[in-house]
Amino acid sequence: MLVEAGHYALALALGLSLIQLVVPLWGARANDAVLMSVAGPAALGVFACVGLSFAALTFAYAVSDFSVLNVVENSHSAKPFIYKLSGVWGNHEGSMLLWVLILAGFGGVVALSRRSLPERLRALALAAQGAVTIAFLAFILAASNPFARLSPAPFEGRDLNPVLQDPGLAIHPPLLYVGYVGFSITFAFAIAALIDGRIDAVWARAVRPWTLAAWTFLTLGIAMGSYWAYYELGWGGFWFWDPVENASLMPWLAGTALLHSTVVMERREALKVWTILLAILTFSLSLLGTFLVRSGVLTSVHAFAVDPERGVFILAILVIFIGGSLALFAWRAPVLRQGGLFAPVSREGALVVNNLLIATGCATVFVGTLYPLALEAVTGAKISVGAPFFNATFLPIVVPLLLLMPFGQTLAWKRGDALGTAQRLMAAFALALAVTIALLALTAGGPVIAPLGVGLGAYLVIGSVNEIVTRSWSRGEGFALGLRKAAGLPRSTWGTVVAHAGVGLTVIGIAATAWGIESLGTLRPGDRLTAGPYTAQLESVAPRTGPNYREDAVRLTIQRGAGPVGTVETTKRVYLTRGTPTTEAGIATFGLSQVYASVGEVMPDGSIGLRLFYKPLVLLIWLGAVVMSIGGALSFTDRRYRVGAPQRAKPTAAPAPTPAPAGEAELTSC
Amino acid sequence: MLKRLRLLLIAAALAGPLAGGYARAVEPDEVLRDPAMEARARQISAGLRCLVCQNQSIDDSDAPLARDLRLLVRERLKAGDSDRAIADFLVQRYGEFVLLKPTFGAKTALLWLTPLLVGGAGAAGILLALRRRRPAPVEGGLSPDEQAALDGLLRRDRAV
Repeated sequence: MLVEAGHYALALALGLSLIQLVVPLWGARANDAVLMSVAGPAALGVFACVGLSFAALTFAYAVSDFSVLNVVENSHSAKPFIYKLSGVWGNHEGSMLLWVLILAGFGGVVALSRRSLPERLRALALAAQGAVTIAFLAFILAASNPFARLSPAPFEGRDLNPVLQDPGLAIHPPLLYVGYVGFSITFAFAIAALIDGRIDAVWARAVRPWTLAAWTFLTLGIAMGSYWAYYELGWGGFWFWDPVENASLMPWLAGTALLHSTVVMERREALKVWTILLAILTFSLSLLGTFLVRSGVLTSVHAFAVDPERGVFILAILVIFIGGSLALFAWRAPVLRQGGLFAPVSREGALVVNNLLIATGCATVFVGTLYPLALEAVTGAKISVGAPFFNATFLPIVVPLLLLMPFGQTLAWKRGDALGTAQRLMAAFALALAVTIALLALTAGGPVIAPLGVGLGAYLVIGSVNEIVTRSWSRGEGFALGLRKAAGLPRSTWGTVVAHAGVGLTVIGIAATAWGIESLGTLRPGDRLTAGPYTAQLESVAPRTGPNYREDAVRLTIQRGAGPVGTVETTKRVYLTRGTPTTEAGIATFGLSQVYASVGEVMPDGSIGLRLFYKPLVLLIWLGAVVMSIGGALSFTDRRYRVGAPQRAKPTAAPAPTPAPAGEAELTSC
Repeated sequence: MLKRLRLLLIAAALAGPLAGGYARAVEPDEVLRDPAMEARARQISAGLRCLVCQNQSIDDSDAPLARDLRLLVRERLKAGDSDRAIADFLVQRYGEFVLLKPTFGAKTALLWLTPLLVGGAGAAGILLALRRRRPAPVEGGLSPDEQAALDGLLRRDRAV
């Protein structure tokens, strides 16, 4: 009964989202405030209905209701409870429902943020968002119904794919989807601006927090997915240039460009048309990512043609929204006024170069991901485009971008001084160069790429922090005053600095992988295997039974020098229901470095195949991403974006408000 | 870096590219005695697609076919073939599909030139825009009410 209620709620949500689309649009056209005000309640209604629907499915999973086909296919009564819950979105239907839930959730938040948005913009944006909701609700109801019943109900389910039975599934998809779907708001605002034919700094201010939030979550989601793949797949790699990964990287790249171009728009009223286009492209790439992952087109063009119902549906959504919004853009963009002149050498100029390079990188990933599909569809020729291609093309685009990053951050708005900026960055250059040379000398004979990469990362970190230092501490002033000045800098400045430093940390982590060492061997209890400074000794191999799997657990002692420094356990697991074997890697963390053990074959005579990796500084890869998102969150809390939000009479929240000169305050944010 | 161990055959340093993938699938019995040749084998394997897998190199895959290909690569290496000759041999046998980094040719020209085309077109567009740009009219952006609201906000920002 509850399941049918959930299904019905979904249909109700579709009806309400039709209202959310039509009534406010009509209201905007007729300039009728009452009609426009329908948008908010309608969006909240959609959210409530989809929420109810999602709750119903979750309940079916929680109580293992095997009369529901979706539960049968993806759950098992013996599965740990947490995976019963996260299993709700560990399948196609459920993950689409989560997608729509988050979409409706964002709509609800827009509906509630009454004070910070102009009424008309809010109504139009909610209408545009309603259109997206309609498409995806129709898709779920018509082609991906999670509430389909099964009669007679079986006694047991078929269990969830073992690879997905991991805390990673509980965290990764929700984060990623909040990121993907968050860009739908930016998209909706862009459509609203195009319909209205006007766009200004108010628009940019309204949009930026949403972009920041989406970007922050997408960053975390991708990093989480990368770490999950790292420890779960047992290869020890963190990025494979897999089409599914590229599908999430493209919106991230476009979103990063968007984040930077909205800054220019907000501060200087420039790049309006480009920003609108980016907002459309970013969400289009999110949709494309959903399409690539969900339609089966990646497995092969043929798989798509064999079971085309879903694929064609998503393809239609894709064509309608991307084509429609780009057509609207082509029609209405000339109406938008350009403004804000700036010299080529200026913060704006640097951000334009940033956008150019990111867009080029994004296009490269896009073409690289889709080229084999397109070529096969057109000529029938089969080629592969894998990691070696992307490393060869993407890195030459990213490295100049990174080199420019601290430079652009330091340049002044409107008209910058290239030489002065370079001088301000001199310390960062010098320190990074020293780091590189020292590392080259220390690791002579090793890979050259690692010291160079670490030097680049150090330059990024120091170059970012440099901004805080040069703006807070000036010659002749005390340390304490500088500290107060630093604390008084706007949150968005801190956000920029922290996020850019995070990029540097990730670069260091990636560069250090070149120092990684891999060993493999066949071991009996008591045998040892060495990777870099660490040695693993095989203690025992013991069979064990888990709730829904059996495994051979391999215990290893990790030694450094003479003494043991820890133990790890890596297991070879077989999940009983599906009979799928998986390897659980054993990871020991030492500071920022890790020792990664992965068991291969377990032989009848008690010996095992073992793969042991020494991964220096590997944690920096993901830690850097976390730092980036902390930067995003800091920018998000900048008080300028809480426009019209209830404010205290005096800004007592800031620890020691230092009145900055007006000119200074103008330059502060980015 | 190489260490002598009791049972172990070798410990190979991974001097791979920046985003070099670590292997999972190479079995201890496949590893060549000569570490330099083994390193070459790994390098070549990382660029060859496991034909029955989804976007995995034979170095990453534990499919039986990938193992066969890895052994084949090592055999050719031992026979004294160059890296290039091994790649050519595999392409002849399995087609271009086996290469994870497609060779530049008529079919892949667009793929390889994308970064240049997009970057070049973008740069040209920006230069054109810079040249053609004239001062835009100032009026007409905001209604008086909105302008007042914006001024108020900016004032408040400055005051912080």
